[in-house]
Amino acid sequence: MSDIFNARIGRRTVLGAGLAGASMLAMPAVLRAQDKSLKVGVYGGYFKDSFDKNIFEDFTKTTGIAIESIAEPTGEAWLVQLEQAAKAGAAPADVSMMSQVAMLKGQSTDLWAPLDLSKLPNAVNLIERFVNKYPDGRVAGIGAVSWYITLVSNTDVFKDAPTSWSALWEKDKEDKLGLLALVSNSFLLEVTAKTFMGGTNALDTDEGIIKALEKLAELKPNVRLWYRDEAQFEQALKSGEIPMGQYYHDVTGLAIADGFHVRSTFPKEGGIQDSGCWALSRASKKTEEAHVFINYMCQPAIQATLSRKVGTSPTVQRGLTDLTDQEFAAVSSDVEPIVPRYDLYQTKSDFLNQKWTEMIAG
Amino acid sequence: MRREPPQRLVDYGPLVFPAGMLTVFFVVPFATMIAVSFFQRQQGGFYTPAFVFDNYARFLSLFFGKVLGFSLFLAIAVAVACVVVGIPFTYLLSRSKRNVQIVWLVALLSILSLSEVMIGFAWSTLFSRTAGITNLLVWLGLMEQALALTPSFTAVMTAMTYQAFPYTILVLYPALVRLDPTLTEAARTLGASPVKAFFTVVVPVLRNTILATLIMVFIFALGSYLLPQLLGRPQHWTLSVLITDQAIYQSNMPFAAAMAVFLVLVSLALVGLAFYAGRQKEAK
Repeated sequence: MSDIFNARIGRRTVLGAGLAGASMLAMPAVLRAQDKSLKVGVYGGYFKDSFDKNIFEDFTKTTGIAIESIAEPTGEAWLVQLEQAAKAGAAPADVSMMSQVAMLKGQSTDLWAPLDLSKLPNAVNLIERFVNKYPDGRVAGIGAVSWYITLVSNTDVFKDAPTSWSALWEKDKEDKLGLLALVSNSFLLEVTAKTFMGGTNALDTDEGIIKALEKLAELKPNVRLWYRDEAQFEQALKSGEIPMGQYYHDVTGLAIADGFHVRSTFPKEGGIQDSGCWALSRASKKTEEAHVFINYMCQPAIQATLSRKVGTSPTVQRGLTDLTDQEFAAVSSDVEPIVPRYDLYQTKSDFLNQKWTEMIAG
Repeated sequence: MRREPPQRLVDYGPLVFPAGMLTVFFVVPFATMIAVSFFQRQQGGFYTPAFVFDNYARFLSLFFGKVLGFSLFLAIAVAVACVVVGIPFTYLLSRSKRNVQIVWLVALLSILSLSEVMIGFAWSTLFSRTAGITNLLVWLGLMEQALALTPSFTAVMTAMTYQAFPYTILVLYPALVRLDPTLTEAARTLGASPVKAFFTVVVPVLRNTILATLIMVFIFALGSYLLPQLLGRPQHWTLSVLITDQAIYQSNMPFAAAMAVFLVLVSLALVGLAFYAGRQKEAK
């Protein structure tokens, strides 16, 4: 009788101990998953894959914070989603990589949680224009990556490299150019202003913008393709079908490495430097982790890794990185860049879009 | 078996599912779009619920009028091209052997498995200077030098007609197969040539089918935004291209919605007009 009794106790004890043991083992994992993780939005496809492989894994090893990367759509669809989610108190991603125009639009509704520079000691490494600030001085975002759009040409068709953006306007380029189709992603107004009007400040007034558009209208006979889709132009550039235009410097570099007869030139007026920021949604509850993440990304060594593996231009000063001249030239240039007038795309976006569309389609 | 008209409420039961689907996937989104088209655009931000006519006012300009006009013209041209090529083709197809019919139909329907992107890129390659069909003509000695045929209106038309052609056949084929062969035989015995018999007997008999095909291809072509972009110059961009620009790149939902509502209204009006014209003719 007592044997049976003992046996019963024994079984219960074992079961109980097992359960307790199992929950003890499980607890830390649950805690870790809840406390130390961060959802990060990056552009889907090549960008996300490269970040997952080259950056996020090491970040988790170093800091113990797990990263759940989320593929963002390009364009402004992601901004709209973040905005609507924030209104409902939710954050589909804590930290997101956002375009400069999206940063400004988010600022208008206080979408971005202000960042605390004292928690971002590495931010001193940044080139100053890569700290994105609210009008009242609060920090809205920190430069994540930057890239260049340059003057590209097919070397079989054009033996000599062009030296200035003004090459686009020359008579012998008739029906030979591929340019980006939208005012807000081609930045051709800035190019025109810098090349012919003494600088992008010429766009401060509506008259200045109209003058730049009139100059751009002279380009129309030369343009064979106004492209929205990169693949469309890249193919035509490689084959010489459309032998000149504006394109991404790093992707052109990859094409050269693959043996295609193309070149990317930084004209004397500079390449167009566009960039993305890390920004924290105000609905996020992971403020601490977000600061750790952004601070990590501002290290010169990480920026150098990005240049080598993803092909982006560093947002920190060049001297701080260990990039060789060749590695640096593959993603950037010391020629002073044309920095887009992002403010215009926020304050005058409808005016610009209307005039631009009328200019190219009219 | 005779079909009874529904007597009791339960008889309407089978309608619940389609009606539900129609509400969830058509009525609700469309109503949302109409509502958004009256919202206030916040430049440099998003939009706020309101009831303003600004978005429609912006659309009422010569520039957008021209774009709308071109979009309608393009859709009508594609519809007419599809029918003009489709009727003789389907007529001959329906008169050919069964095996031949099957091969043609399978080949035509397989076009439907191609995405618009693939069709666009394929035609832009075929029309290119470096790899296109003109190289073949040069090789045959018919041309001096290879030419680029894109971007052009012809390129847009060709690709859009190609894309809509399988649908044209799908609508025309059943009607033509069921066409009573004795009708043309009678015409022939009365002395009509095959061509005359085709135009005076076959075409009038098919009038309603032809009208239905025209309308279907017209509506299908009106929504096209990728092919005009890939194969046309900016003046060949349709209203759908500009709607996409506003919605995706400018995040100006109210204006995009207003343009879309306008496009739907105009196309509904045209379809109604076509039906009305068809009715009138039948009544005579």
